[in-house]
Amino acid sequence: MSTSTPLEPDTFAITADLAQPRLPAWAVLLDVVLAAGVAGLLTLLLGWSPYAGLVLAIVLAALGMPLWSLLVEGRRAAADRLATSVVWASFGVVLVPLVWLIWLVVKNGIGVINSEFLSYDMRNVIGEGGGIYHALWGTILITLAAAIISIPIGLFTAIYLVEYGRGSRLARVTTFLVDVMTGIPSIVAGLFALSLFVLIFGPAIRIGFGGAVALSLLMIPTVVRSSEEMLRLVPSDLREASYALGIPKWRTIVKVVLPTALGGIITGIVLAVSRVIGETAPLLVVAGATDTVNFNLFNGRMTTLPVYIFQQYSQPGIVGPAGGDPPGYARAWGAALVLIAIVMVLNLVARIIGTYFAPKTERRR
Amino acid sequence: MSVTAPPQPPRAAKPVVRPGDRIFAGTARVAALTIMLALAGVFVFLALEGYPGLSAPERIYAPATDFWSYVGPLVFGTILAACVALVIAVPFSIGVALFISHYAPPRVAVPIAYVIDLLAAVPSVVYGLWGGLALAPATRPLIDWLYDNLSFIPFFAGPPSVTGRTMLTAGIVLAIMVVPITTAISREVFAQTPRLHEEAAMALGATRWEMIRLAVFPYARSGVISAVMLGLGRALGETMAVAMVLSATPVVTLNLISNSNPATIASNIASNYKEATPDKQAVLIATGLVLFAVTFVVNFAARWVISRGERNLTR
Amino acid sequence: MAKSIDVSDLNIYYRDFLAVEGVNMTIRAKAVTAFIGPSGCGKSTFLRTLNRMHEVIPGARVEGKVMVSGQSLYDAAIDPVAVRRQIGMVFQRPNPFPTMSIYDNVLAGSKLNSKKMKKAEADSIVEKSLTRANLWNEVKDRLAKPGMGLSGGQQQRLCIARAIAVEPEVLLMDEPCSALDPISTSAIEDLIHELKSEYTIVIVTHNMQQAARVSDDTGFFNLKATGEPGHLVEFNPTNKMFTNPDEESTEAYISGRFG
Repeated sequence: MSTSTPLEPDTFAITADLAQPRLPAWAVLLDVVLAAGVAGLLTLLLGWSPYAGLVLAIVLAALGMPLWSLLVEGRRAAADRLATSVVWASFGVVLVPLVWLIWLVVKNGIGVINSEFLSYDMRNVIGEGGGIYHALWGTILITLAAAIISIPIGLFTAIYLVEYGRGSRLARVTTFLVDVMTGIPSIVAGLFALSLFVLIFGPAIRIGFGGAVALSLLMIPTVVRSSEEMLRLVPSDLREASYALGIPKWRTIVKVVLPTALGGIITGIVLAVSRVIGETAPLLVVAGATDTVNFNLFNGRMTTLPVYIFQQYSQPGIVGPAGGDPPGYARAWGAALVLIAIVMVLNLVARIIGTYFAPKTERRR
Repeated sequence: MSVTAPPQPPRAAKPVVRPGDRIFAGTARVAALTIMLALAGVFVFLALEGYPGLSAPERIYAPATDFWSYVGPLVFGTILAACVALVIAVPFSIGVALFISHYAPPRVAVPIAYVIDLLAAVPSVVYGLWGGLALAPATRPLIDWLYDNLSFIPFFAGPPSVTGRTMLTAGIVLAIMVVPITTAISREVFAQTPRLHEEAAMALGATRWEMIRLAVFPYARSGVISAVMLGLGRALGETMAVAMVLSATPVVTLNLISNSNPATIASNIASNYKEATPDKQAVLIATGLVLFAVTFVVNFAARWVISRGERNLTR
Repeated sequence: MAKSIDVSDLNIYYRDFLAVEGVNMTIRAKAVTAFIGPSGCGKSTFLRTLNRMHEVIPGARVEGKVMVSGQSLYDAAIDPVAVRRQIGMVFQRPNPFPTMSIYDNVLAGSKLNSKKMKKAEADSIVEKSLTRANLWNEVKDRLAKPGMGLSGGQQQRLCIARAIAVEPEVLLMDEPCSALDPISTSAIEDLIHELKSEYTIVIVTHNMQQAARVSDDTGFFNLKATGEPGHLVEFNPTNKMFTNPDEESTEAYISGRFG
């Protein structure tokens, strides 16, 4: 194998010591266990809420390690440990609301959902009972209409930006405007749709289609952005190969470019839908709210799930003789569970499509 | 290369353009123009419908007397809520972004990033529901404690709200909604720090934290600033979470823990749209225009910072 | 005070993949040791194990021993951060911190250790390090300018100045001239000659002439076959290596018959 010729031995004196006092690997574990123990004990003895106990445990664990390290390992190592603790703790704290929220929605919502809840509307419901049937249809119709408006506009704009408009003034302006659109607050989109329809039909107008217009204003920039990014990932070799076969440009786009980018484009569209499906404010303003099923986008008020949740929350009804929470709260939780489930399924679908059709590019984590 | 160039004005011979190409290119261009029209429409229609709101009959503005004194407390409330949200959200966002880009084991970093993105996927109305029914009562011990111990700070002057529906609660809910946005952008820029610079710092004997301060933060500064500003844009425009948590009164106060809290522009629109007469509707639309202007400026500044940062680093 | 390094039976892994196998060698103090070999044979990987930069890559680990002046580098009690202070490194491509001035770049490492440094002390470290890196005369009038504004060769010397400002005892150089033009390369080679009197220097190079010019000892790394781990074929004084190597494959590589 390797041959190493004998050399004169090390004749130089040993200088700085490389071995620094270090805490063993299990020190972190001990620190966490101790912090949890102390916090748990205090919580039990003083009767604090478990959340307060959890926060205390995190703070104790995050401070204990650097202090210990300061005593043993010195200032620099302690600063490093402190940073590590803070970074881990911030991640832990951010998880708390997410877990708490999802737990509450599932716990309070699961008991509400039954066949009645899914198949009844709120007409003439006073007190308990009623359901989200009308809101489900409203959500489906309005979101569908918004998608029908936004997908062609968004997709063709992306095609224009990538395939035709490269470097032109219109392309630059459009890119800028898409950026501006991304930042439009959703309620402003609702007010825009309201103003538009009020101008045409008079001040009392509230129709589902207006909600669709407002939502598409929010959806278009997302569709443009994601489609544009996907189209840019299509290698220009493919386009040139197609041109070289004498295929006209538009057929190249339709037959070569779009199919290559299709997976990514669909992912983007699904994510855009999942974003607007939870929008409340614009629909509240322009589509209004109603207790009954309305299948006509162009006539009369229309309720969607988010608006339904807000309605049930702000007018929860009268507490029954048995006491407890007003009946609207339970319905709001139930509808929230349905809404979150829809959004999560859409996200999951987008993920799956995205990973299946992902272009094979390497990326740093 | 002529295939990708934009159509040139006619030269000596007119280029042959197939009808299919012309229709397709035309459609694409029309789509781009539609966006321009839509955005212009937002301005025009809001202005048309909102203009009467600037000078509506005085009773519409009650208890204020004219438009600017009506919108003033709302602008204040909007900015206050957004600031509270940012003060809470930014440190956490940077911490979580660092956790994903530099601290978490690489195998779990991707799923963790996905979990944080889930925070953004939760609809705002569900945050509002949670904020109003669960978080608000849960903050009562906190605001009592703040009042007992820190009431000399104007933010905690009290008296503490018994419902917990305070500006502080609204700020916390907004912060949770801002965190995924700022985290997503910050972690991207943190992860893009050139490996060479990180290794240079390590080879000098820097600890991980010192490496982050030497190599990662200076590189990521402009990216993080723009992430914060985009988060600010989100916080300014968020409607439901605030409308469902706050019971608003038109006051200007820094007090974060009392019963009387200023509304934000957006939440004010959401809670008043229903009883709105045409006059009132115009006033609300006018306040919406103000909100649009404010978020436009914030987002514009964020983009400007991004583009300037890109230019600096590609030098 | 320079240090010698003893390596025995060192295996280097990326997760389960054995990248370099069974290295034994003694790197002399206050001498220049060069590693040569074809691309992908593990010379750079081996170099990075000498100051524990290897483990920066997730999943990377080693088996075996690296002794620096009687201390085992991979002992549990050893702090990798302390190791990297003692054993500095210069990289393939110059990598001054882009947001820092020339002055701050040189001080980047030293500032980590002393909370507050007096201005005069800092000035003297900067001047001393830049002088030793043969860069002082070229940049002394623009110390406050960003380090990225320098030429490639100057940037690389700035990186050397930055590395020696923390007063390490060993300097590892990973193909320090591969991104530089011939004039800058010769400036760096001259510098290596001068630094030899104070530091133990280990340099990885693709360029055999460079190895012959600057080094006292040379190690030749090779792959047994494609897909197999890299290993140390021969380690000898440079003179012997380039005139009368022990191994046939070394001679074949040096005379350009393969690789």
